[in-house]
Amino acid sequence: MALIGSLISLVGSLFLFLGALGILRLPDVYNRMQAGTKATTIGSILTIIGIGFAHPQWLPKLIILVLFILFTNPISTHALARAAHFAGIKLTERSIRDNLREDKIEEEIND
Amino acid sequence: MRRVKAFVLSYIILIGLWMIVGGTQPDEMIVGAITAFIISLVFAPRFALLGSIRLSPKALFATIMFIIVFSVELVKGAIDVAGRVISPSLPINPGIVKVRTRLQSDVGRIALANAITMTPGTMTVETNGEFFYIHWIDIKSEDIDAATAAIVTIFERHLEVMFG
Repeated sequence: MALIGSLISLVGSLFLFLGALGILRLPDVYNRMQAGTKATTIGSILTIIGIGFAHPQWLPKLIILVLFILFTNPISTHALARAAHFAGIKLTERSIRDNLREDKIEEEIND
Repeated sequence: MRRVKAFVLSYIILIGLWMIVGGTQPDEMIVGAITAFIISLVFAPRFALLGSIRLSPKALFATIMFIIVFSVELVKGAIDVAGRVISPSLPINPGIVKVRTRLQSDVGRIALANAITMTPGTMTVETNGEFFYIHWIDIKSEDIDAATAAIVTIFERHLEVMFG
């Protein structure tokens, strides 16, 4: 059990590492946020579940931790992304389109 | 009726949380029961989330299906994004697309937006009524209907049964 738990934790930390790598390599705020927050979701969930395998008596509390991460993570991500877009931070030049910006400009014209 | 349901649900959740974190000795249970009662009484009327959860067997089945679908998407998306990050040429195709949802209730829309945000590769930037603006790391289609089919439909099917 301890071995399985360690392996799951290892896979989780691998995802955390890739998230960090993504923050370094990806071009703009939004893409970095994708790597930074999503890799963290699955990375920390796997790490916590791995600990649960190694110490089964902690499992109920660890499941609560996972639930808290699942409930709070997307809300903070969304708030950050929305704030970034409203502050006028541009998407990278490699981006294909920005429907939100187009719609906002359209609204301003209509007003 | 909605308020009673919200009260009962929040009481059960709080007491369950208390038992897991604090243990189940009798004297601790008494304190927990009183605290959970007061908190539920004060906050349950404002918990629209708990009041509009459906409790039919069909909704329960949809909830289980949603959790399975969501877990699969989470792992698939994480591996996909990880592959893009490792790849030397950084094959990303990012942008913000607009999608439309069929869900009517606020709670359903919140759950959908959060599910989309948690799935790696997609992130809800802004919502406006039935329209969601989603940052997508690899745009496969710029058309609103095709983007909806690719991102939203898979979650929407189950959330529709759960929340309406």
